[in-house]
Amino acid sequence: MNSLPLWASIPATLLLIISGVLTLSGALGLVRFNRFYSRMHAPTLGNTLGITFVLLASALVSSALQQRPVVHELLITFFLIVTSPITAIMLMQAGVRRDPRQPVSTDE
Amino acid sequence: MMNTILLWAGTFALFCFALAFAIATFRLMMGPTPQDRVLAVDTMFINGISIVLVLGVHFATSVYFDIALLMALFGFLSSTVMAKFLYKGEVIQP
Repeated sequence: MNSLPLWASIPATLLLIISGVLTLSGALGLVRFNRFYSRMHAPTLGNTLGITFVLLASALVSSALQQRPVVHELLITFFLIVTSPITAIMLMQAGVRRDPRQPVSTDE
Repeated sequence: MMNTILLWAGTFALFCFALAFAIATFRLMMGPTPQDRVLAVDTMFINGISIVLVLGVHFATSVYFDIALLMALFGFLSSTVMAKFLYKGEVIQP
């Protein structure tokens, strides 16, 4: 990593720091909210955006090291953006079906 | 010089991902319902993909990309299968 230029180091650094904070906020939402329907939305949003930033940083560093555009990391981003809402929707359906006594709209 | 900054950013990101992994493990152990545990496993898969990718940036190789892609595939498969099992009580309908 000795030949990494300056124009690639600083955006990769910023993307890594932002992704770490976003992923940590998503996980804190997982432990802080008190109902399942509240806990559902925090990790999906935070983790998807965090892993998108990690993959952008990885593509940037790979492109700068190999002197050509390397974009195959964006495949994982596309795959996660497609499949994360499917998992969320199916878990929501399972939660609503398994807990019929508790309506969705009440607080606490 | 700048590579040192990237190294410390990678260390910070690894610390954040490890803490998020520990929090997801706490929710996996303490979750009151099975849906919470499945959601915690899904979060742990995505945090593991992030850790593997940051290690790939750290060691400047592209071997970790294949591991991350396989982890994404199997994480989606396992989460979907467990959600389907919680919804229907069986995975494959005859």
